[in-house]
Amino acid sequence: MFTEEQIERYSRHIILKEVGGKGQKKLLDGKVMVIGAGGLGAPIALYLAAAGVGTIGIADADVVDLSNLQRQVIHFTPDVGKPKVESAREKMEAINPDVKVRTYREWISAANIARIIADYDFAIDGTDNFAAKFLINDACVMAGKPYSHGGILQFVGQTLTVLPGQSTCYRCIFPSPPPKDAIPTCSQAGVIGVLPGVIGTIQATEAIKFLLGKGELLANRLLMYDALEMNFRKVRINRNQKCPVCGENPTVTELVDELDALNVCDLEK
Amino acid sequence: MNLTVNGKPSTVDGKESVNVTELLVELKVPQAEYVTVELNGEVLEREAFDATVVREGDAVEFLYFMGGGNSTFPKGAK
Ligand SMILES: [Zn+2]
Repeated sequence: MFTEEQIERYSRHIILKEVGGKGQKKLLDGKVMVIGAGGLGAPIALYLAAAGVGTIGIADADVVDLSNLQRQVIHFTPDVGKPKVESAREKMEAINPDVKVRTYREWISAANIARIIADYDFAIDGTDNFAAKFLINDACVMAGKPYSHGGILQFVGQTLTVLPGQSTCYRCIFPSPPPKDAIPTCSQAGVIGVLPGVIGTIQATEAIKFLLGKGELLANRLLMYDALEMNFRKVRINRNQKCPVCGENPTVTELVDELDALNVCDLEK
Repeated sequence: MNLTVNGKPSTVDGKESVNVTELLVELKVPQAEYVTVELNGEVLEREAFDATVVREGDAVEFLYFMGGGNSTFPKGAK
């Protein structure tokens, strides 16, 4: 079922008892949607492509800016001005021609998010603003789509894997978005360039574990990383019965754009 | 009063108990208006902060909003 070239390419995976030929086949048959081709999306997309995840969607409407290159390692200096999804697709296909990359050069919204995630096994939030983060959570919970949340600011990051209906969702922890401009943005507050590499790589690891069906996912536990203290902590967080989207009496029953919560960590400015 | 705050030992001097609203002030918690508070493993509703008492030995987590990654909403909509 594998070509000679694939056996060589994936040899370090195949030799792992948790992966093997069967696991590698699962990765090649797997479909992962990466929302955002920025700081978090860059390492996510690169590692998923390298791992041989067979179908990878990537959504972003933006173009590469010089100020992105400090951390968005999938984009190179000659890519400045190019659509991010195109820049990302080129690198992913160059790393691994086995991978089918589907690009979505659009901003996610209540109108398109359900369609964008529908065809995938797992989704990854690599966005920078709370409107998008809440929308992804709600859409994934409503669709029963497992996904990985990730957030970064300055020297700290957080990530959580959500298994809808089974584990804690983003709204179980944060019931509603903060008001616009309440939380400093990365463009105002800065972000150390290696930080999204750490958090994004963990998110990609979760997607791979999910596809393989191996290990324990980061569910019901929020992982917090502090680069200055070089500290990782996991905080147990149970499902919230009063969660507005996955609780006993949900108040969020359809997808809406939380326009008041836009722009949180707009790294482009 | 000795507490565990975000995994580290912490003390609130001269008090045997405080409510969560008072604790946010005592500990000078940043983003106090938006922070999520977990007390002994349970996420508290914001409306319950005044009525929820924190005592010796309790474990408190402050969970903060974090953005990150990349913009995926139209700039015009901001
Ligand atoms: Zn929930």
